[in-house]
Amino acid sequence: MTHEREVLDALGTVRDPELDEPVTSLGFVTSCTVSADGVADVRLRLPTYFCAPNFAWLMVADAYDAVSGVPGVRQTQIELEDHFASTEINRGVAARAGFVRSFDGLAETELDELRTDFVRKAMLAATDRVCRPLLAAGRTPDELAVLTLGDVPQSPDRERLRARRAELGLPAGEDAPLLVDPLRGEAVEVEALPLHLRKARLTGISLQANASVCRGLLRERYAMVGIGEEEDR
Amino acid sequence: MYEKNGEKYFVVDTHMHYWDARPENWVAGHEQYAKGWIECFHAYMGLAPAETHWPLEKFYKIDEDTLMRDVFEDGYVDVAIFQPTYLKEWYRDGFNTTEQDGALAEKHPGKFIVNTRFDPRDGDAGLKELEEKVARWGSRGVKLYTAEWREGSRGYTLKDREAYVYLEKAQQLGIKNIHVHKGPTIWPLDKDAFDVSDIDHAATDFPELNFIVEHVGLPRIEDFCFMATQEPNVYAGLAVAIGGLMHARPKFFAKVMGELLFWVGEDKMMFGSDYSIWEPKWQVEQFVDWDYPSDEFSDYPRVNAASKKKMLGLNAAKLYDIHVPVEYQLPGPGAPGVLGAVGVDERAGAKV
Repeated sequence: MTHEREVLDALGTVRDPELDEPVTSLGFVTSCTVSADGVADVRLRLPTYFCAPNFAWLMVADAYDAVSGVPGVRQTQIELEDHFASTEINRGVAARAGFVRSFDGLAETELDELRTDFVRKAMLAATDRVCRPLLAAGRTPDELAVLTLGDVPQSPDRERLRARRAELGLPAGEDAPLLVDPLRGEAVEVEALPLHLRKARLTGISLQANASVCRGLLRERYAMVGIGEEEDR
Repeated sequence: MYEKNGEKYFVVDTHMHYWDARPENWVAGHEQYAKGWIECFHAYMGLAPAETHWPLEKFYKIDEDTLMRDVFEDGYVDVAIFQPTYLKEWYRDGFNTTEQDGALAEKHPGKFIVNTRFDPRDGDAGLKELEEKVARWGSRGVKLYTAEWREGSRGYTLKDREAYVYLEKAQQLGIKNIHVHKGPTIWPLDKDAFDVSDIDHAATDFPELNFIVEHVGLPRIEDFCFMATQEPNVYAGLAVAIGGLMHARPKFFAKVMGELLFWVGEDKMMFGSDYSIWEPKWQVEQFVDWDYPSDEFSDYPRVNAASKKKMLGLNAAKLYDIHVPVEYQLPGPGAPGVLGAVGVDERAGAKV
C-alpha cells in the first residue's frame, strides 16, 4: 500500500529548473492521490498560462520519474493543467516520447543542455548563499580563495552547493575548493574572485526575484494554496 | 511632470500600450491563447497597490479618456512612448498595433511617440511595411517581441540573418532605438527563449543603434547585466521591474535595483509604466520616494534625486531627442536632458 506522503516526498525532489526550488514549496502541486491498486495521480499548475514550455516539460517529466520510482506505484499520471502546451507535454511525457517528438518541428534537441545551463546558475546562486554570510562575518575574498567545502560550517546551503556541483560533475568532496568555475570546475583565482562573487550574488538575486514574481502571479491566478506551498525564504 | 520636496522631474514613459483584448477581437480557434495572454497581464496588475486594480472587463480595453487621464493628468507623464505588440495569431485586428497607437497620438500632438515594430519572418513585404509605417508615423524606435507566434513558428532570435536585414533597413530609415522584449517561446523551443545573447551580438554589430532590453531582461536579469556592462549601446527598460516588484516585493526590488545600478548604471536605466498593466501615478510617486530599506544594501551605488531624474525621463529624452524644459534639466553641460535639441512637438507631432 503506497501512501500519498511518499509520493509527495518524491515530488519534493522535483525542482523548477529556472528557480532551483521544489515544485511543492513553489505551490505547483494541487492534487496528489494514490489509489488502492497503485495508480498515482498528480496535478500540477504554473504561475501563468504561457510559462516557458521547455521548463514546464522538465518539471512534468521529472515528476513522472520521481513518482514512478516510489515503491508500490504501479502507474503514474501527471497532469499539467491550465497551460498552453498542456496537451503536448502531458501526452509526450506519458508516452515517453521525448521533447523533440512531442513538439514536432518546433524543437531540435532534447533538454539536457538547457537543464545543465540552469544547474550552473543554481550552483552560482548556491555559492552566494554559502559565501555571503562568511563575508558578512568579516572573512575576506582572499581568505575564501583557500577554503575547501569541508572548511565551511555544515548547513543546508552548503549541501545544496555540493549537490549542484555533483550534478554538474564538478568536484564536490570535502577537499574540493569552495569556489570553483561553474564550467570547468577549476578553483577561482584570487584576482577573479571579486567578480566571481559579484556574479554569484547577482545570479542568486535573479533567481530569488523570479521566484518571488512567480509566487505573486500564482497567488493572483489561483485562490487555492498548493500542497506543500511555502512563502519566500 | 512631477514635483516633490522642491525637485522637479520630467517624466518619459518609455513603455506603454493601448490594446484591444476584448473577446470580440479574439481569433476563432485561438481564443484560449488570446484569453490566456490577457489574463496573464491582468495577474501582473495584481502586483500593484490594491486600490489601483481593475476588473478584467475594464482591462480588456480602455477608452481614450481613461488613458489620457491615467497617464498624463494623474500619472505625471510628459511624453509617452507607445510600444506595439501585434499578436495577430490571437487577436484579429492585432493586440496593440502601430495604427491603434498612431490614431490616438494624432489626436494629441506632442504627447506620444509612436514606435512601430518588425518581424524578421515577414520577408520583403515586411521591409516595405516597415518603411511605410516609419514614413506614416515618424517612428524613431521599434519594439520587437521575439516570442511572437507566426503560423507554425514560435518566435525568432536577433541572431537570425533575416533579423540583420531588418536592423539594417531600420537604421537606413532613421530608427535609433530597438526595444527588445523576450517572451517564453522561441525557435527552437529547446533553447532558453529568454536568453539575451542575441541582443549582445546585434548590439556589437550595430553600434549606431541603441538596444533597450525591456523588463531588464526578466527573468534573466543576470545575463542582461553581464551583457549590458560590456555594451555601451545597451539600456535597461525598467517596466515590470518597477511595476511588478516595487510594491509587491520591496525587498527584492531593492536588490534588483542595487544590482542594476551597479552593473548597468543610472545613466542607462529608463522608466516605463507598462500601462495599462499598471498606472504610472503610483509608480512615479513610489519611485521618487524610494531608497534602500536598510544597511544591508550599503555596498550598492547610492541613489539621489538626480539619479531618479535621469531614470524617470532625462535618459529617455536623450535617446529620443525630446526637449526638456530647462527647470527639469540637471545642471552642468553634457548632463542628460540638456542636449535635447528637437522639440517633441516637432518630432512626434510633425507627422502625427
